Amino acid sequence: MTAPVIAMRGASVGYDDRPAIRGVDLRIDAGEVVALVGPNGSGKTTLVRGLLGLARVTAGDVELFGVPAPRFRERYRIGYVPQRHTVGGAIPSTVEEVVTSGRLPRKRRPSRVSPADRAAVAAAIEAVDLTERRKAAVSTLSGGQQRRTLIARALAAEPEVLVMDEPTAGVDAENRDRLVATLGDLVRRGLTLLVVTHEVTPLLPVLTRVVALDQGRLVHDGPVDVPPAWAPGGFSGMPRHLPGHLRDLVPDPESHDHDAGHDVAHRAPRPVGRAGYPGPLSTVDWPADRRPDRRSDG
Amino acid sequence: MEILQYDFMQRALLASLLVGLAAPVVGVYLVQRRLALIGDGLGHVALTGVALGLLTGTAPVPVALACAVAGAVTIELVRVRGRATADVVLAVMFYGGIAGGVVLIGLSPDGTPANLNAYLFGSITTTSPRDLATFAVLTVVVLLVTVGLAPQLFAVSNDEEFARASGMNVLGLNVLLAALTAATVVISMRVVGLLLISALMIVPNAVAQQVARSFRGSVTIAVAVGVTVSVVGTGTSYYAGTASGGTIVLLAVGVFLVTALSATAVRAAHGRRHHWVEEHRHEHGPDCGHDAVPHGDHVDYVHDGHRHAAHGAHYDDH
Repeated sequence: MTAPVIAMRGASVGYDDRPAIRGVDLRIDAGEVVALVGPNGSGKTTLVRGLLGLARVTAGDVELFGVPAPRFRERYRIGYVPQRHTVGGAIPSTVEEVVTSGRLPRKRRPSRVSPADRAAVAAAIEAVDLTERRKAAVSTLSGGQQRRTLIARALAAEPEVLVMDEPTAGVDAENRDRLVATLGDLVRRGLTLLVVTHEVTPLLPVLTRVVALDQGRLVHDGPVDVPPAWAPGGFSGMPRHLPGHLRDLVPDPESHDHDAGHDVAHRAPRPVGRAGYPGPLSTVDWPADRRPDRRSDG
Repeated sequence: MEILQYDFMQRALLASLLVGLAAPVVGVYLVQRRLALIGDGLGHVALTGVALGLLTGTAPVPVALACAVAGAVTIELVRVRGRATADVVLAVMFYGGIAGGVVLIGLSPDGTPANLNAYLFGSITTTSPRDLATFAVLTVVVLLVTVGLAPQLFAVSNDEEFARASGMNVLGLNVLLAALTAATVVISMRVVGLLLISALMIVPNAVAQQVARSFRGSVTIAVAVGVTVSVVGTGTSYYAGTASGGTIVLLAVGVFLVTALSATAVRAAHGRRHHWVEEHRHEHGPDCGHDAVPHGDHVDYVHDGHRHAAHGAHYDDH
């Protein structure tokens, strides 16, 4: 059996006195495409930073490819696309230069650029459809193109898993669709994706699973093909024009009331989402036997 | 040439060549990280070191170097671990450094503020053969480190968080760069002055920032500007009888102003010429129905009273 790509057991991440996430159990296997959702301040970015060694794991275990995170050295296996609206510092740099810097984790002697490096960089730029702009200064690119440059930088090391923080935030609809299409291509090539996002809907065509955090705790973890029947409002944002196999997954709110098997009276509404957060958790009704506080018992 | 008949001028020109080469190569990473003033800040801290050296009877340069490196490491640690931002730490260094220098120099028996002046402004024409050898060593070390570690320094200056996630030793590289900056400032300031060395780290890169498209191109332009203004400035100061450091800096600032103004003018003209058509779905071609007008090396198409010329993904008005 192969080790999971990412495994967290009872993990807390953040500062000693007030960890931003607490007691999270999460396992992601190769080939999964996981959305990590939750309201602002729920700890999504902190969880990702804990995985990448950017924030301290204060309790529990984090393993990457079966190796405890502090001893994990094969950094090139995990590509990171941080949340940025723009790329680069004050000195002009080209798409190619920025993407080449993503190749570093693969290299033993960084000062030499080998033909293999050049090929990987060219392939990464091609994967995000920026080959024509590869010699352009990144500061002259549009916001969507700069995001794609960051994705290419993460791809340059030829990773097995890509961790992305809000790749679609602040990107207009056309560029967002293009980003999602790029992600679809990557998934078809076998990449495992963990995407922190506020907007699940545009990603639905590629997602296999949704994990939700609220106030630092994991409150939902389920495959997309079995949407939480107890959360009719949660996925009501799912567009009806989805591909057939996904449209079938959309729970019908009317039939749902009768098939859930729970007495409606037991489902006390629990306002999980915060004001202004439109995500799937904002309207969750929690059945008594699936309350998040019970999950940690089992 | 008359100027080359004198040993001191030969040394001055060689020294300016070396400083003009080394300073921008370090400076490019400072500008990239928006820490353009760090060289000046470290120089002020070094002044405290100079005064401390004069007060205790120790050689001022090693003490100044120790102070500047300590300052450089402090700023990095505060940036990473502390709550203060880099610009605030830098400001504190400026004030503390110059105050420490003035107070300590007043305490030393044979020290006067004039001793500090020599370090603030320097004079490249007083370069001794030994100074020249020191410059040569410094330049070689700077080039070895910045060229050898260029990919890492670029990655760290460009995006620290990404570099950390890639498993790079970000703190180590930052401290190394800060120490290299401190060494460049302190070793150069005795001869060329704090003003000149800080300016030569930054201004050539500011010129490159205006015109370059790539990082590699920026470094090339910055080094060319740095070497040119140093050597020409030193020569000019000899003939015009002006202060060498000030002449070089004025020349560099002049180049920057001319470049920045022309770049702005060119961009404005370019913007007027460009006709950005967001929804230009029509691709002009031989049979597109629009009149084709040969125009130099390309063909314009008459479209709604404009002449469109293909330029990358859009059309320009010609």
